[in-house]
Amino acid sequence: MNKPIIRVFAVLLVLFGLLAYFTTRWTVIDRAALQDNPQNKRELLAQQRIARGTIVADGGTVLARSIRRGDGTYARRYPANGLFAQTVGYSFLNPGTAGLERFYNGQLTGRTAGLEGTLRKLQGKRQQGNDLRTSLDPQSQQIAIDQLAGRPGAVVALDPRNGRVKVMASIPSYDPNVLRSAKATTVLNSAPGAPLLNRTTAGLYPPGSTFKVVTAAAALDSGLYEPSSTVNGANGVEISGVPLNNDGGQNFGEIDLTTALTQSVNTVWAQVGERVGKRRMSRYMERFGFGSPVPVDLPADERLASGLYCSPNGKRQLAAPTDGCVDIGRTSIGQDKLLATPLQMAMVASAVANRGILMRPAIATRTVDPEGRTAYENTPQQYSRVMSPATAEKLTAMMQKVVQEGTGTAAALTGIDVAGKTGTAERDVINNITQPWFIAFAPASDPQIAIAITIEKTVGGFGGTDAAPIAKAVMESLLR
Amino acid sequence: MSARNRELLGLLPASLLIVAGFGAVFLQEQTQLDNLSLTYGAVFLGLCFAAHLIIRVRLPDADPYLLPIVAVLASIGLVVIYRLNETLARDQAQWFVIGLIAFAATIIFLRDYRVLERYRYLIAAGSLVLLLLPRIPGVGQQANGAYLGISLGPVSFQPAEFAKIGIIIFLASYLRDTRALLVSRKRFGITLPRLKHIGPLLLVWGLAMLMLVFIRDLGSSLMFFGGFLAMLYVATDRLIFPVVGFGLFGIGAWFFASTVGHVGDRVSAWQHPFDPKLYEQIGGSYQIAQSLFAQADGGVWGQGFGQALVSVGDSPILPAAQTDLIYAVIVNELGLIGGIALLLIYVLLIERGFRIAVLARDSFSKLLATGLTTVVALQVFVIVGGVTKVIPLTGVTLPFVSYGGSSIVANFVIVALLLLISDRARREARR
Repeated sequence: MNKPIIRVFAVLLVLFGLLAYFTTRWTVIDRAALQDNPQNKRELLAQQRIARGTIVADGGTVLARSIRRGDGTYARRYPANGLFAQTVGYSFLNPGTAGLERFYNGQLTGRTAGLEGTLRKLQGKRQQGNDLRTSLDPQSQQIAIDQLAGRPGAVVALDPRNGRVKVMASIPSYDPNVLRSAKATTVLNSAPGAPLLNRTTAGLYPPGSTFKVVTAAAALDSGLYEPSSTVNGANGVEISGVPLNNDGGQNFGEIDLTTALTQSVNTVWAQVGERVGKRRMSRYMERFGFGSPVPVDLPADERLASGLYCSPNGKRQLAAPTDGCVDIGRTSIGQDKLLATPLQMAMVASAVANRGILMRPAIATRTVDPEGRTAYENTPQQYSRVMSPATAEKLTAMMQKVVQEGTGTAAALTGIDVAGKTGTAERDVINNITQPWFIAFAPASDPQIAIAITIEKTVGGFGGTDAAPIAKAVMESLLR
Repeated sequence: MSARNRELLGLLPASLLIVAGFGAVFLQEQTQLDNLSLTYGAVFLGLCFAAHLIIRVRLPDADPYLLPIVAVLASIGLVVIYRLNETLARDQAQWFVIGLIAFAATIIFLRDYRVLERYRYLIAAGSLVLLLLPRIPGVGQQANGAYLGISLGPVSFQPAEFAKIGIIIFLASYLRDTRALLVSRKRFGITLPRLKHIGPLLLVWGLAMLMLVFIRDLGSSLMFFGGFLAMLYVATDRLIFPVVGFGLFGIGAWFFASTVGHVGDRVSAWQHPFDPKLYEQIGGSYQIAQSLFAQADGGVWGQGFGQALVSVGDSPILPAAQTDLIYAVIVNELGLIGGIALLLIYVLLIERGFRIAVLARDSFSKLLATGLTTVVALQVFVIVGGVTKVIPLTGVTLPFVSYGGSSIVANFVIVALLLLISDRARREARR
């Protein structure tokens, strides 16, 4: 009888081997997949027990902080309410995390503290998060929001020298404090105007004539044109076989590029774009950041790529400027299939302002651990070299003219030179619905601020009349 | 060194574990717990030495490693339960006292365990009644769709835990008598026993199926039937019996999984634990999914004692953490290393059990030791396999580790029986 007993033991050993294998599977082999499973809320639940770091604006205004509750868990509060709603984001068990709260989750929960974190654990200290410092300017942000006056749209302002983001306003907005309740979350998710959407980085709009700055940069930097080069600006020039009109059907004769930018002459810039060609346009657009998700320290699903969106089989998707579906002439004046985020257009102004060097936009400056030491430094990074300093200088002069005597005079500041470009994208020709734009930087001689503004819908509004005054107010506040 | 001194020395790891474990939890949760709770650890150690003394006096030749292994398992369980809930740990410590009384009673009053053979039909009938008790209205309780518990006034217990011992005693005795008859007849080259000999065994199969229908618990059913097949195989040394047996069990299980709602739900929750519909459903896959998430967080080394996320505020994340999911808690806190170590301790326990079966001289003792050991091993497999998604999750306890009075008491009786068998076998072997 002993042999079968040993065999039964052997069978049981095999069964226990199976248990050991499955334990290994869940703890090692499938570990990452299980931890990423959307139904797995353990990480979030565990974080309820951690005092997350605070998020502060430039100057110390608290944008997010944790309060301790009776049961030893922590809850998030947003003292600035809706001021930087979409940028700061939120962190709740439901609906989860978004914005800076999500992008810097590791820092805010102190998880990335490494050896020091382990030592703290051994000492029995509770895990504590690092504070997040940002370059956001609450006062100017408030002015931007006031200026938009409830009209859906976006304002982005950053320092072109280092990419530090100062203003990131997206309207309509919301108060993140209400997301504590699951019901409010459901309501906000389906609210008209999508208040949860960060329009500065995920709103895609036709950029209109502001895009002529990109075309001009390509034209000048490639050596094909000078600001003084002349092009015939007659109305109704055929572009890709279809006549193109100037604003108001105005006819221009042989005019130079400076005048063409100042008066925003469509036919001139479309012809310039056609001559520059798809390949060159493609190269410059890429340097400006088109074609890639806008590079800023926010979660990937909150950032979209600006560029040409074709619908080859009914599905809208990003296409290269060299693609067959692209009308490069109309693209060059910001029409046709071109869509851009407001932050992307602020980057366009920023690249010209910073003598051709585009800095990567950044919201956070650094994180600070509970002992007050810098845990992470978000040092300024160059994104690309878009154009030569000489080209940037020429383009700056042209853009100054726009504000001095062209379409953008409403953005002029007393005593400070502003360089800018207006845009008015047509959204609904029959009902005269337009989307005004304005991009600018100042002071033109020593740029400290680059800005982009758009208002989604106006009846008969223009970039110069509707968007430029907002730029003026926000820049005034930022340069003070 | 004498067997008993080796046993005493073997209690050292359990002592260290209980001191270190309670110390670790105590340091971790210092703010919420008082010094008094440390006394439970001391009480537990006292119990171990009391058990040792009983064995020293009554069973001087018994296996020296069984008690230390059980003590290690029990101390792991007690520390983990203490870490989960102080009140439950106190209850568990009390159950250990009652378990020890049952252990002592078994050893003292059942000096010659072979008298059990005389009452085999009474024991079998009693076990059947115990098994079906939970279905009797008024005393029976339903939990998660399965009928496993009964309540008599303030006390509630799971009769299946005791029924399993009774049924094994009956089978050991019955198979000892009929094992020769079962293999005596051959037809067409295979062993084909007469119906009157195989009849009672078919009855056991029917019983296991009945359990599926009445108690609605696949895990217990698998445990009973697996133990039965192991004993049948050891008694006859014919592979055909377990092969046909598992085939029949598989067919039956498949049939009931597709017809009995509760069994079917468990199976689909096992197959698709992350299906949103099953996940949201009450009694659906939430528990198994959470078990896997908890184990994933454990990784190789675990998150450390007292670190497992079991609940936030008052809302539980790991349902039944102290019973069904205790293995998931252990893997979360002690990691893959801790989980494998626990499984190895069980392997040691099972190895001792089978060694006793091998050493035993008479068929009844061999079959009894085999049956008891196999049932304990299968119980570990059913619950750990359920928690790790090897098989559908059902609510049985992890022997000596999970919280639960009936389980503790019944398992102590099993250990007492194994020690009784071992004492006789080793004494006879020495002569």
